[in-house]
Amino acid sequence: MYKNFLRYLISAIFLITFSISAKADFKVGFVYIGPTGDHGWTYQHDEGRKAVEAAGIKTTYVESVKYGADAERVIRQLAQSGHDLIFTTSFGYMDATNKVAKDFPNVKFEHATGYKREHSNVSTYSARFYQGRTILGHIAGKLTKTNTIGYIASFPIPEVIRGINAMTLAAQKVNPNIKTKIVWVFSWYDPGKEAEAAQALIDQGADIIMQHTDSTAPVQTAEKAGIWSFGQASDMQRFAPKSILTSIIDDWAPYYVERAIAARDGTWSQQDTWHGLKEGMVAMSPYNKGMGADLVKEAKQLQKDLASGKIHSFTGPIYDQKGNILVAEGKVADDGMLLGMNVYVKGVEGDIPK
Amino acid sequence: MSLDISFIGILIGSIMASSVPLILAASGELITERSGVLNLGVEGMMIIGAISGFALMVITDNLFIAIIVSMLSGVIISLIFGFLTQSLLTNHVATGLALTIFGIGLSAMLGRDFVGIPGKDFPILFSSLRESIPFFGPILFGHSIVLYFAFALPFLTNYFLKKTKLGLVVRAVGDSPASASNQGINVIMVRYCCILYGGGMCGLAGAYLSLIYTPQWIENMTAGRGWIALALVVFATWSPIKVLIGAIIFGGISILQLHMQAVGFRIPVQFLIALPYLMTIIVLVVISRDSRKIKLNTPTSLGRIFYKEK
Repeated sequence: MYKNFLRYLISAIFLITFSISAKADFKVGFVYIGPTGDHGWTYQHDEGRKAVEAAGIKTTYVESVKYGADAERVIRQLAQSGHDLIFTTSFGYMDATNKVAKDFPNVKFEHATGYKREHSNVSTYSARFYQGRTILGHIAGKLTKTNTIGYIASFPIPEVIRGINAMTLAAQKVNPNIKTKIVWVFSWYDPGKEAEAAQALIDQGADIIMQHTDSTAPVQTAEKAGIWSFGQASDMQRFAPKSILTSIIDDWAPYYVERAIAARDGTWSQQDTWHGLKEGMVAMSPYNKGMGADLVKEAKQLQKDLASGKIHSFTGPIYDQKGNILVAEGKVADDGMLLGMNVYVKGVEGDIPK
Repeated sequence: MSLDISFIGILIGSIMASSVPLILAASGELITERSGVLNLGVEGMMIIGAISGFALMVITDNLFIAIIVSMLSGVIISLIFGFLTQSLLTNHVATGLALTIFGIGLSAMLGRDFVGIPGKDFPILFSSLRESIPFFGPILFGHSIVLYFAFALPFLTNYFLKKTKLGLVVRAVGDSPASASNQGINVIMVRYCCILYGGGMCGLAGAYLSLIYTPQWIENMTAGRGWIALALVVFATWSPIKVLIGAIIFGGISILQLHMQAVGFRIPVQFLIALPYLMTIIVLVVISRDSRKIKLNTPTSLGRIFYKEK
C-alpha cells in the first residue's frame, strides 16, 4: 500500500514536471489525412508546416490519420502533450476537432475546409480553388480543337461542383461551343480508375483533361495520348512535362506562419478564412510555353484580375442547365451561394449524382 | 457514343488492359485454392508486388529486374502464409486476412521514399501494327508482354490442371489430402508450391499496376482489386477459363460505365459504378449453373487444415 502510494507520488511529480517543461515551449501540431509524400493535398500542408518550423516555431505532425475515432485520439493526444495550436487538415476531422476543442479551452484549433466552429478556440480556413479553375477554363476554351473538355471528378460536394462550374463559365466566355464532359470516380485517390476515366474521356473526344482527384494518373494518361492537361493541388509538371499547361497549387504556408505567430504572441482569435489568389493561398505553377506566348500573357492577366477582384469567377448572367437564371446580369455570386453550390451551370453535360 | 469500328477496337484494347491484374491474381489464387488452401492475402501480396517492382525500377532502372523482383517478393510474402498455415497449422482465413493487412502496411512503409517519382514507359510490342490495322490493331497489338502472358495464362492453367500429371496431383491434394498422402504424395510440399506460385502471380499483378498500367507508386494503389480477384475465383467455380471471362466482363463494364458517364447517360452514377460487380456475379452464376460441374471443380478440402499423423 505504502509502496504503491510512493509510486503514484513519483509518477505524479514526474507528470507535473513533464507537463510544465512541455508548456514552456510553444508547439504547433498538424494532423494529416495522407502520407506527407503524396505529392498532392497532404504534401502541400506539410510544406506549410515546414514554413512554420522555419519561422522558429516547433512543430510536430501525425500523418495518415483516419477519420473517426482515430482522428479524435490523435488530436486529443496532441492537445494533451502540450501543443498550443493544432491544425487538422481534412474535412472529415470536423467533428473530432470540435469535440476535443471543448475539453481543451486553452489550446487553439484550426480546421481546414470545414464550417463548424462550436467553441471559441476553433477557427476554420479554406482556399478559393475555384479561382484557379477560372484560369484553367480560359486556357482550355482557347486551346481545345474538339470543343470538348474532359473533367475527372471525385465526389459531388459543393467544392467540386464549384470547380466544374467556374471552369465551364470561363471556357464559355472565350468559346461558346464548349462542352464539359464529366466522369465521377467516387474516390480522391485511385490511380487505376482515374487513368481509365481519363482514357474514356479522351476516347469520347476530349482533347483537354483536368481533374479534381489527387493522383497523377490522369496527367500521365494525357501525356501518353499527346493531349493537354492540368495538374491538381501541387505542381505535377514532371509527371507529364509536355502535357501539363499549369497546375493549381494550394499554398498554406503564409497562413500557417501567420496563425502560429498570432497564437504564440497571444493575438490569435477565432475566424473563418477563405483566401484565394489575392492572399496567395491559391497559386498557379509556371505556365507551359506550348500554349503560346499570347495565351500565357492572357492567363497571367486573368490571374492578376482575379486576385485584385476586378474579375469574379461567378459573374452574372449565369444560368443553370435548364436555363433558369442563377446569378443576374451585373451581379456576382455571394460566398453563401458558392459554399452551397449544388447545380451545374448551362453547358455542363449530365446530372450531378445524388 | 460514337460507334465506328476503329473506336470499338480501341475500347476493347483498353478493356483488355484493365482486366490484366485480375486475370493474373485470380489465376494464381485458383491454383492455390485447387490445392485446398484458401489464401485471402491476395490484396496484400499484390500491393507488395507493386511496391517492390516499382522500387527496383527506380533503383536499378531496369524493368526486367523489377518484374522478376516483384514476383519474387510475392513468393516471399506468400511463404510466410505457407509457413504459418502448413507448418504451424494456423487457420487459413485468419492468416490470409492478416497477410493482407500486413502487406498494405508494409508496402506503405517501404514506399515512403518512392511516392511522387514518375515511372518509366514500359516497352510495348508491335506498336506499328497497332496503328496500321484499323479494328484488330488496337486489340491484338501494342500491348506489353505481361498482357499477352496474362491472356495465355488461363489456358495454360486449364491445360496444367486437366492434362498433366502434376495438375492431377494438385487436384488430388485439394480434394482429398488424406488419400493423396496415402498414395505417397507429399501434401504439405505440394500445397507450399501452390501457395508460392499464387504469391508470384499476385506479385506480378501488382507490378502490372505500378509499372505498366499507371506507372507510379501510391499507397494502397491496388484499391481492392485483390478482393475482386478472390471473388472471381469463387464465382467462376474454380474454372480458369471462366475466371478469364469474369475478369473481362468486370474490366469491360468498369470501362464502359465511364464511357456512359462521359456521354451523359441519364442513369444514376452510383448504379453505373456498381454495375461491374453486379454483372460479373450475374454472368458467372448463370454460366456456372450446372451443379454437377461445380462439384467437379470445387476443391473439397478448401480451407481445411491438413496434418499428417506420425
